[in-house]
Amino acid sequence: MANAPVTTKKDWATDQEVRWCPGCGDYSILTAVQLMMPELDVRREDTVFISGIGCAARFPYYMNTYGMHSIHGRSPAFSTGLAMARPDLDVWVIGGDGDMLSIGGNHLIHALRRNVNVNILLFNNMIYGLTKGQYSPTSEVGKVTKSSPYGSIDQPFNAVSLALGAEASFVARTHDMDRKHMQETFKRAHAHKGASLVEVYQNCNVFNDGQFDTITKRANRPANLIDLIHGEPIRFGVDNERGVIIDSSGNAVIVDVADVGEDALVVHDEYREDPAVSFALSRIAANPYSPTPMGVFRSVDRIEYAAGATSQLAAAQEAKGPGDLHALLRSNPTWEVD
Amino acid sequence: MTDVAESPAVPEVERVVIRFAGDSGDGMQLTGDRFTSASALFGNDLATLPEFPAEIRAPQGTLAGVSAFQVQISSERVSTPGDEPTVLVAMNPAALKADLNRLAGGGTVIVNEDAFEERNLEKAGYVDNPLEDGSLDGYTVIPIPMTKLTQEVCADLDVKPRVAERSKNFFALGLVSWMYTRPTEPTLDWVRQKFKGKEKVIAANIAAFKAGHAYGETAELGSHMVSIAPADLEPGTYTNINGNTALSWGLVAASQQSGLPMFLGSYPITPASDILHELAKHKNFGVRTFQAEDEIAAVCSAIGASYGGHLAVTTTSGPGVALKGEAIGLAVILELPLVIVDIQRGGPSTGLPTKTEASDLLMAMYGRHGESPMPVVAAYSPSQCFDAAIEAARIALTYMTPVMLLSDGYLANGSEPWKLPDVESLPDIDVTFATSHNATNDDGEPIFLPFERDENLVRPWAVPGADGLMHRVGGLEKADKTGNVSYDPENHALMTELRQKRIEIIANDIPPVEVTGDPDASTVVVGWGSTWGAISGAIRRLGQAGTGVAHVHLTHLNPFPPNLGEVLAKYDKVLVPELNMGQLVKLLRAEFLVDAKGINKVMGQPFTAAELEREILAHIGEG
Ligand SMILES: Cc1ncc(C[n+]2csc(CCOP(=O)(O)OP(=O)(O)O)c2C)c(N)n1
Ligand code: SF4
Ligand SMILES: [Mg+2]
Repeated sequence: MANAPVTTKKDWATDQEVRWCPGCGDYSILTAVQLMMPELDVRREDTVFISGIGCAARFPYYMNTYGMHSIHGRSPAFSTGLAMARPDLDVWVIGGDGDMLSIGGNHLIHALRRNVNVNILLFNNMIYGLTKGQYSPTSEVGKVTKSSPYGSIDQPFNAVSLALGAEASFVARTHDMDRKHMQETFKRAHAHKGASLVEVYQNCNVFNDGQFDTITKRANRPANLIDLIHGEPIRFGVDNERGVIIDSSGNAVIVDVADVGEDALVVHDEYREDPAVSFALSRIAANPYSPTPMGVFRSVDRIEYAAGATSQLAAAQEAKGPGDLHALLRSNPTWEVD
Repeated sequence: MTDVAESPAVPEVERVVIRFAGDSGDGMQLTGDRFTSASALFGNDLATLPEFPAEIRAPQGTLAGVSAFQVQISSERVSTPGDEPTVLVAMNPAALKADLNRLAGGGTVIVNEDAFEERNLEKAGYVDNPLEDGSLDGYTVIPIPMTKLTQEVCADLDVKPRVAERSKNFFALGLVSWMYTRPTEPTLDWVRQKFKGKEKVIAANIAAFKAGHAYGETAELGSHMVSIAPADLEPGTYTNINGNTALSWGLVAASQQSGLPMFLGSYPITPASDILHELAKHKNFGVRTFQAEDEIAAVCSAIGASYGGHLAVTTTSGPGVALKGEAIGLAVILELPLVIVDIQRGGPSTGLPTKTEASDLLMAMYGRHGESPMPVVAAYSPSQCFDAAIEAARIALTYMTPVMLLSDGYLANGSEPWKLPDVESLPDIDVTFATSHNATNDDGEPIFLPFERDENLVRPWAVPGADGLMHRVGGLEKADKTGNVSYDPENHALMTELRQKRIEIIANDIPPVEVTGDPDASTVVVGWGSTWGAISGAIRRLGQAGTGVAHVHLTHLNPFPPNLGEVLAKYDKVLVPELNMGQLVKLLRAEFLVDAKGINKVMGQPFTAAELEREILAHIGEG
């Protein structure tokens, strides 16, 4: 895939009119991706975007690559088949929080544990957009929507915790208000061999406007966005005055650096084999209303699924030679009738 | 031990039907299978019916735990496992109780006397011992202490008592092999192969087999001895094959003939799992098998692989097809090739997982939302599953469509001798991927239209990687030719019609139906799927008795063969036997306005030829 021809954003966009609501966070994610693709040294021909159903899932129609807008929730399964059949391709999977965590939750966790080489971008707007505003599996308890007029009583999923629990080898979070951060995170996901899950906080300005403002608005970021940077102590705050420690029970706790000293802070390590610390970090904020980590939570090497399958094929061919149908038909006892 | 198969003194019979029945743990499937293999190698024609409980270890000794294997072997052609067994081998009271009513009047019962003790009798629901209370008068009963005799011959072998006890099925096999003058070497060879490394098991099984074989002679059972001459089969190389193996090999053949690597997405389910097991072995053929998290993921992964240019297959049984419905609808609108294999079983719901039924035809035809036509192919005998699989793949790949391939539990597990086809003579499946633009836009620039169609309304298959042919496919209605999303009313009507027509067109590329039996009769029996054997048997017998009946057997159920309507119109009576409540009969009535009548059975068992003979006669008699 290397040495792809030089392209620009325009080459990666289709001629189809983009039909999200004006102001939807999906636009900025699309722009970030279209601007990033020329920097990846991949051919459009070798790139496939696969999605389920939802507002987010319209994404493939706007990418001038190969693509499939499949059915609700199943994109991880379609992409698993494609990635196994065609390990030469770059497969991206796009879906919303309903698509990936509700109807498709099962496929998501299995794609992650198998470590299929796909880049999964989960656009989390904490609402069902396309079906006009019902609560989703990431909506907070008490959420009032058309289908929860008295407030949702469902305990929400934390997508990052879920992915870590599902044995994901690459887990990250970014948001639609920071193109550079999105692009850096997507590039990391792309470079990772195996399944990568990136949760993208995405504003649905029609049904859940401002849901992530506490964290993602430029003015709020210093106080509430915890930047995870590999190899550095986890610190944030307007004056960088706060930090994160792991307490004696293994919980990640926000502290004043002045109280504990810089040396007590957790040094972020994406490559740690044990997911416990990453998991603890993912639990710092139950909702995006208080300081929340962004960036790569985990990035570890593990055998990629299609590579595993391909090596079994190669080993079988090595051991038995290429398939011989004539011999296969005679592999059980035979007899002759003259 | 001499090979008594050649002894001239033994009377010859044309056919026998034997049923081996015992507890699930008694190894009856293996016993039946070995007897079948030896008979096949000997040259008989045969057909088998393995029947086992849904529970892996049903409570020992109970009726629920009875596992049976019926086989008909003959010196003539046979197409069914036989109407009624003439010999029942019952390894315990439950087996006797469950299967005695199947035995022909005056038939022979061989029982393992040792198992007829109080506890087992009680578990089977016997108040008195049937071996002593006269209830078996009218049958020839041969009680043998098989457990004890097996343990005796194993006594010097230094095997654990449990191993010795478990070898008693080989005693039964040895005895029956002697009675039917089967060659013994194939069985002994098999034991040595199968249990390689477990020398004590080999020794015990062989000792038990030989003891059973010798028992016939010493106990002077000579009057029960018969031989069945080899059948007059067409010259060629034969193997004994069951439907699931034949189907798996057919898929491998389709992969070879099309030059496309195969991808199988599957989730385990009885009676389809053996296809997954079989294909998982053949990685050197480039076969990728994927055991998905559920049936939905299985079919979706296959569609993903199909988009990537593989021969994509998903295998399951009825409950799995129900789960796959939405994704199959997607394959219909994407116009991507996909073979969906449904090994039907008793339903609805979990139903009778290990028993046969053919009640998914209407689901195969219509079990999706919206107008979503799809070809349906049905296999009709165990060995023909091979051809049916190739045919399903051929239609899928040639016409860019999902295809439903129907088999059932009876075909899946039943076996018969198969004359191996010449690999060179298998049909080529011509697949050409799109490699270049196929149109120009208003500015005269070359473009690719993924939903442009050829004369058969088939769209091009452009796989990722192909230069300049980037395109998106999806479940939203697509504009004619471009495939872009379209909500235009006229366009939806046009696309719906195109999707329908492109399936109808396939009728031009499938063989017309052939009428067998007596084509000039006034009654025609129309069958599909595994009823073929029983229908053929019934019609053969009716013909011998002077009643001519015509037979049409459908392997293509959507579209129907082009001449079907014309053929049906020639007959006064159209009878449709089905292992369901009447599904094909509905389709025929709707499609051809014929007054077709159903003959239906939903007992988890195949038709017997005798049943159909009776039913057909009754219908003819109605005038
Ligand atoms: C089988 C099925 N069930 C339900 C729907 C209806 N549906 C479409 S999208 C959607 C949820 C969308 O929410 P999300 O995945 O969060 O995407 P968003 O629109 O918010 O981007 C639902 C319930 C469907 N298309 N298919
Ligand atoms: S409904 Fe919400 S998520 Fe959907 S397009 Fe509109 S703003 Fe975006
Ligand atoms: Mg959503």
